[in-house]
Amino acid sequence: MSTQLEAPPERDDKALGPLTQQGAGVVADGVFRWVTLLSGVTVLVILLLIAVTTTRQAWPAFSEFGTSYFFGTEWIPPEGLYGILPLVYGTVLVSLIALFFAVPLSVGIALFVTELAHRRVRSSITLVVDLLAAVPSVVFGLWGFYQLIPIFQTVFNRISDAVASIPVLNLIFGSGSGSSFMSAGLILALMIIPIITSVTREVFLTVPENDKSGSLALGATRWEMIKGVVIPHSTGGLTGAVMLGLGRAMGETVAVALLIGASPQISANLFGRGETMPAQIFRSLSEAGGVYRSALIGLGVCLFVITIVVNVSARRLVLVIDRRIKGTV
Amino acid sequence: MNNASPESTEQIRLSLSSANLSTKRRVRNAAASVAMVAAFVIAAVPLFAMGASVLSQGLGVVLSVDWWTQPIPGDVGRADLAGNQDLCGLGFGDAAECEAGGSSTSVIEGMQPAIVGTFLTVFGASAMAIPLGILGAVYLHEYGKNGRLARFIRFMTDVMVGVPSVVMGVFIYTIWVLKFGTNGKSAFAASLALGCLMLPIVVRSTEEMLKLVPNALREASAALGTRTWKTTLKVVLPAASAGITSGCLLAVARAAGETAPVVFTIGYVTTTNFSMRGQNTTLSAQIYSQLTNGGSIATQLAWGAAVTLVGIVLVLTLTARAISSRLTMART
Repeated sequence: MSTQLEAPPERDDKALGPLTQQGAGVVADGVFRWVTLLSGVTVLVILLLIAVTTTRQAWPAFSEFGTSYFFGTEWIPPEGLYGILPLVYGTVLVSLIALFFAVPLSVGIALFVTELAHRRVRSSITLVVDLLAAVPSVVFGLWGFYQLIPIFQTVFNRISDAVASIPVLNLIFGSGSGSSFMSAGLILALMIIPIITSVTREVFLTVPENDKSGSLALGATRWEMIKGVVIPHSTGGLTGAVMLGLGRAMGETVAVALLIGASPQISANLFGRGETMPAQIFRSLSEAGGVYRSALIGLGVCLFVITIVVNVSARRLVLVIDRRIKGTV
Repeated sequence: MNNASPESTEQIRLSLSSANLSTKRRVRNAAASVAMVAAFVIAAVPLFAMGASVLSQGLGVVLSVDWWTQPIPGDVGRADLAGNQDLCGLGFGDAAECEAGGSSTSVIEGMQPAIVGTFLTVFGASAMAIPLGILGAVYLHEYGKNGRLARFIRFMTDVMVGVPSVVMGVFIYTIWVLKFGTNGKSAFAASLALGCLMLPIVVRSTEEMLKLVPNALREASAALGTRTWKTTLKVVLPAASAGITSGCLLAVARAAGETAPVVFTIGYVTTTNFSMRGQNTTLSAQIYSQLTNGGSIATQLAWGAAVTLVGIVLVLTLTARAISSRLTMART
């Protein structure tokens, strides 16, 4: 034992390897860095590939029909009419109906969670919202198709009968069908509530606690505090949340395909049948060939572009708000 | 005001109590509270109604062993329409079968191919998207940080989360199915589409979790002379593993429920195909196609598939929630 202690170990430079800038470790580090970088770049590559390959497949339709593809008002594939406006119209209209119903509800739920509910209730509310987000689109569609369409049919007919003699309303709420813009919009509203609620909730949570207690200390009621502090502080974030909901709504496919009635038309009648871009792609792409197929893929390209624009502007808004909040703190 | 008598403090206390609000303000406040609760109820009622109808319509078939072991009855739409029920009504058909309740007796309701197909596609998608996504997030958080490229990738990942699933389907359809023809339709092609869908979700949720790993851990590991790659693999990722698991489970749940990207890319079968190659089917695709088939047996199959699918998705979602709530409890 003692002899071992007397002999001091010789300095071993190799043992210091990990602390120096040489050796196998450096290579592993470099490799790992590149592997992660490549994985990160995959996202960009996929997005680029989506844009390039789909546009290439859609090109025959774009070049053959030109402006009549983008601005044509009739989509009747058997007759060779490929004007996407009715589908764009359906997509936008259905999404707006969905936002009309979903935004107030989502803001209400988010306020309920952040301002009103007791801590113990809070988790069960978020559970319900999470469950709503978890239900697959096709199950919403199945339920809507079998259970809601008959109900919608009677309700819509009753409403359109009631407003039949009022000038403008009788155009908007004309004779009803169970599957319609309105039916699709309503089921879609239910489906986008979770995303709007969760983003809105995040936004509300960034409202400084001091501002809120200050307002309450000045004698404001809870509602006055919400109106005077929470909402003004959150307008930008709310806009972002709504845009994200819009992006989600425009891309939603199966549930809408099952409830909208598969009839591409531009009509003011919310109770009439319609068609959206994703629903049309979904219904027809598998069986389509030739120029019809490339017209459908073209729809995908348009949808891709539109949702990217919506999402980029939504993210920009949320980013700006992030920065502003960080600036004030 | 200065000489505070007992009465005036009493008055101040009274004036601050909510009983002293003007009726208008009090009513508005109460109305707002009621509206918030109502918003929640309006969203919750359809959820429970949907849950109730899915369970009541579909639970019956799911409980039989055949559902999990038998092939999907083919062409049930036509068999049902032209089948026993009409014949019974006209006095034809097997009398015993008619008495037993008509057409449904002759069909064995099974969904094994779709259950197997769902697991195959989701497994394939996860095998591709989860490692890539985690590594991508490691780049963003451990290497790229706030650099130009990292910020750009982060932004585009957010954008990619918003790309509709049907577009992913169209994408894989153009690069895979159009290239290889009908042979290209397979569980693998569907996995590719679902993988594209999952990737950005995994990247973003993993990065959020990496943010929560305290820097002290990285520094301590570096101070011991560990290389960054080893620190990341042996210290940072294990520390974040629970959160990453939870995020990945949510991405898996999302992929399992998707229909649109699957129908173009997977084809259709009625017998079980355990291979990633060759046409296949999933629960979500079955719900859609049985629903469009029409007829009572097909409807029954659709509801049953819905129960199965919702069950799978719920298990994944609730597990993810349980993991993440245990995390927050541990942290606080």
